[in-house]
Amino acid sequence: MQGYSLLSLARNAISHHEGWQKAWRSPELKAEYDVVVVGGGGHGLATAYYLAKEHGFKNIAVVEAGWIGGGNTGRNTTVVRSNYLFPQSAEFYDFSLKLFEEMSSELNFNVMLRQAGMVTLLHSRHDVEVMRRNLNAMHMNGVDSVWLDAGEVADIASGINMSADARYPIKGGILQKRGGVARHDGVAWGYARAADALGVDIIQQCAVTGFDIKNGNVCGVRTQKGNIKTKKVAVAVAGHSGVLAEMAGFRLPITSMALQACVSQPLKPVFDAVVLSPAAGVYISQSDKGEMVMGGGLDMYPSYAQRGNVHTLEQVIAGVVELFPNLSRVKLMRQWAGIVDIVHDSSPIIGHTPVAGMYINCGFGTGGFKATPAGGFTLAHTVAHDKPHKLNEAFSLKRFETGAFIDEMGAAGISH
Amino acid sequence: MLKISCPWCFERSEEEFVFGGPSHLARPNNNDEISDKKWAEYLFMRDNVKGVSLERWGHVHGCGQWFNMARDSVSHKIHFTYKMGEQPPKNWQSICGGDDE
Ligand SMILES: Cc1cc2nc3c(=O)[nH]c(=O)nc-3n(C[C@H](O)[C@H](O)[C@H](O)COP(=O)(O)OP(=O)(O)OC[C@H]3O[C@@H](n4cnc5c(N)ncnc54)[C@H](O)[C@@H]3O)c2cc1C
Ligand SMILES: [Zn+2]
Repeated sequence: MQGYSLLSLARNAISHHEGWQKAWRSPELKAEYDVVVVGGGGHGLATAYYLAKEHGFKNIAVVEAGWIGGGNTGRNTTVVRSNYLFPQSAEFYDFSLKLFEEMSSELNFNVMLRQAGMVTLLHSRHDVEVMRRNLNAMHMNGVDSVWLDAGEVADIASGINMSADARYPIKGGILQKRGGVARHDGVAWGYARAADALGVDIIQQCAVTGFDIKNGNVCGVRTQKGNIKTKKVAVAVAGHSGVLAEMAGFRLPITSMALQACVSQPLKPVFDAVVLSPAAGVYISQSDKGEMVMGGGLDMYPSYAQRGNVHTLEQVIAGVVELFPNLSRVKLMRQWAGIVDIVHDSSPIIGHTPVAGMYINCGFGTGGFKATPAGGFTLAHTVAHDKPHKLNEAFSLKRFETGAFIDEMGAAGISH
Repeated sequence: MLKISCPWCFERSEEEFVFGGPSHLARPNNNDEISDKKWAEYLFMRDNVKGVSLERWGHVHGCGQWFNMARDSVSHKIHFTYKMGEQPPKNWQSICGGDDE
């Protein structure tokens, strides 16, 4: 792999940047692999990377229906944070955030992590009471979080409507300073390039169409580009998990729905942090390019159409304008949606499936970008050892039978 | 935005409705002997169909009635709606097979 550094930048400038290698190869699909990863989003690519790096697998394919990062990985609003409520989630997401903090040097790829903090706004006495409690839970879990009074919120979220008769009056906030944003494409590309350098074959434009299963064991994967023999399959296809599960003959506790986001025209710097208002149903940050990045809740019925509804978009915009009246004349530039995998308790599923040799990473729903490194790391461990890592033990499919749910809806109350 | 034909109120805007899960799910009634696995199947496991399936919807900001709908989750096309307690036509899958994406 050609390393990226100041020196290599200077060297390549001399040859007008025409001498750069491709960041990853486009190899032919082989007839047999030790592990086939289905889905070339962040989670699939990270899984392949950690399988090669941590567990010494040499013969791995990532099979992607479209282009890598073209699913939810390239559609999310890039918020990273770890201020979850329950200890299992806090441990998992905080580990993920730590991997994010090291990612650019680990992968030799700038993922443009910007830890300018994430503020959750509190608009009523009830918000304040609930969040005081959640803040204590976060401290018990060892996650950094601080209390903000209304004035401190106004300093961070400049332009916020502080008037006493605002629809969403500001009563305070909580701040995770280590929260922030990262470049989502960069995460996919960084893992792809690093995995490729370790010998992983990334096969794009190659949808998986079926599985060969004998006596309950997976023994092959059928794809648009031919059949593959393999004893281990790792599925990380987010919104399409139900479709892949059906191919393998089982069902999942997942409903696929559209989640949308939008960006404004680029502006001069407005504020640095991510600002979330559970009551207004919106969150907003400013990208490095200057666009205001905005999102909200789900379109409330099952969908595989990556479009999104006008009235959901309208709600998001209405919430933003209530909070930041000075943005009311700003033009929207783009709107889109991704198909997210919604689970009853808003927690992921990482682990075994009913088919031996087949493992799954899904159910991240509206908030799995921040989990990309930990999702890949723990799935790789589970595949390599046929046993979950300590961090993903609680996130098995079994919890739907035992009832040991990790209900995180309360921790954020909103999608992101 | 969908225009939904409530069997009681006819065509109304999507915003008046809620989605209420798949239709024709029968609650197991052998509570004493049913296994946790079977119970989880009923409560949580879903077909999550990519294409046409039968769904329950409620006209919560209208007449308040629940009803069934055959809807495509890719094109969002609504093929037909029918009342609670009714069954879809036997050949509903071929009726809906038409010219969808
Ligand atoms: C609008 C929006 C905003 C979001 N905001 C945030 C946020 O701010 N912070 C956060 O943490 N999370 C956020 N999320 C959630 C986050 O994007 C996802 O949880 C995460 O990116 C999932 O990654 P993945 O790799 O599992 O899935 P994806 O990136 O969706 O990758 C799955 C891949 O599988 C491929 N695939 C599907 N079927 C097949 C097949 N048959 N064969 C081969 N390949 C197949 C797809 O083409 C796709 O590339 C947001 C999501 C959306 C839609
Ligand atoms: Zn009605």
